[in-house]
Amino acid sequence: MSRVQVLALYKSLIKESQKFDSYNYRNYALRKIRDCFRENMNLTDNAKIKEEILGGQKNLEIIRRQVFVGNLYKTDKLVIEMMK
Amino acid sequence: MYRCITKINLYNSAILSKKCEPLTFLTNSRFLQTETNYNIKEQVFDGRPLYLDAQATTPLDPRVLDSMLPYLTSFYGNPHSRTHAYGWESEEAVEKARTQIANIIGADPKEIIFTSGATESNNISIKGVARFYGAKKKHVITTQTEHKCVLDSCRALEGEGFKVTYLPVGENGILSLEDLDRTITPETALVSVMTVNNEIGVKQPISEIGRICKAKKVFFHTDAAQAVGKVPMDVNEMNIDLMSISGHKIYGPKGVGALYVRRRPRVRLEALQSGGGQERGLRSGTVPTPLAVGMGTACEIATKEMAYDHKWMEKLSKRLIDQIFGKLEHVIRNGDPVQTYPGCVNLSFAYVEGESLLMALKDVALSSGSACTSASLEPSYVLRAIGADEDLAHSSIRFGIGRFTTIEEVDYTAQKCIYHVTRLREMSPLWEMVQEGVNLKTIQWSQH
Repeated sequence: MSRVQVLALYKSLIKESQKFDSYNYRNYALRKIRDCFRENMNLTDNAKIKEEILGGQKNLEIIRRQVFVGNLYKTDKLVIEMMK
Repeated sequence: MYRCITKINLYNSAILSKKCEPLTFLTNSRFLQTETNYNIKEQVFDGRPLYLDAQATTPLDPRVLDSMLPYLTSFYGNPHSRTHAYGWESEEAVEKARTQIANIIGADPKEIIFTSGATESNNISIKGVARFYGAKKKHVITTQTEHKCVLDSCRALEGEGFKVTYLPVGENGILSLEDLDRTITPETALVSVMTVNNEIGVKQPISEIGRICKAKKVFFHTDAAQAVGKVPMDVNEMNIDLMSISGHKIYGPKGVGALYVRRRPRVRLEALQSGGGQERGLRSGTVPTPLAVGMGTACEIATKEMAYDHKWMEKLSKRLIDQIFGKLEHVIRNGDPVQTYPGCVNLSFAYVEGESLLMALKDVALSSGSACTSASLEPSYVLRAIGADEDLAHSSIRFGIGRFTTIEEVDYTAQKCIYHVTRLREMSPLWEMVQEGVNLKTIQWSQH
């Protein structure tokens, strides 16, 4: 896994998570992705890196599907979203 | 369209208008009253309220829903059907979920029984154990701050001739181990103590209670609905014989729960429900595959992310408490501040009536206590048990922080809370007296 590929995965995860209709899911996903990549930034064990990447790819698929489901059942925005 | 309550127009006759100084720390235009007349009627909120009631229930984690959807659509087999592939694939999914649940509490998958929720698990444990061993042992011990379903199950047992001891708790909400030790008799069949309290978030000393029960050869049941997935639990380390778990408190689906029943040494139960003998005969009825799968996924996520989530709860609850205590005086935190789960913050705002505050805070979903009793205006029995004064028990609010709560939401809640407590106090004659230095407890109120 090259640095470029990892960064590409990071970018897709962030980009996809920003599409969550739900304020809470969106913010959680963004926070979690950032924290997760930061935490694993200095991983050197190749097997561990591979495992994390695989997990990230799986989560990307889940996010894609759940963004879609969330868009089917939209709600009104939360009060704090309306303030912005 | 899936619209919920979006425009909340409040008609509260009691607190219609009152002069109120605008508070400078509220920067949002909605709070900044252009005129000093506050009228709650004019408080029309655009948008859905924020959710800060994580002890009542939690939203479904999208990862959980993702794991459930195939079993709500394509894989609809009955997990107990042994004659075809539809049954096998469902059974495999249910067994995987059983393992995921067992892993989070350090149990064997064979010791996990699927139920409809923690209420059912509590009922099966308490009534089941008491009735099975009832011929020889007719005594059950629990505490005064348990969930309604535990207390009600005990009441039912009392009707059947059992003796039940409801142990008091200290002012911090924690049970005294000496009291427990003293109360256990050779007649005692079961001790039931909840791990984390649903109203005040207090953690009971489960390991110590487990040790006492093991030494005295009494079965130990714990209602861990608010604890599993949030604080580390291990049934062997903590000597727990029976444990109730809920799905929807850990970002799983509603309508599913689990019961841990120890196999070695074996705990025997009398089943409450008759039927096909599923779940080792302890809980007949088809296991709902999608719900079980969802609960399994929720447990797996919680196992992996417990430390991460816990850190977040600590950060948010500290932020909430610091803001409120920094701006308001006469606020009391109910329950022990250290032996507690940080996602549950129960505060009493003296000289403010809790229900008025909840009304004013319509754009934040909060509760004064457990959801089961939120319809009644009676003060919470949990707060009474910890010795809170009647007036303080009436003025409590529970802030429930969860995995999906954001910093922004906490700040908004704290600001609104401070604003409305200040506003309500300013119209209270009691508050005026307190400001003048009158001790309210010395007043002789005249009877009319």
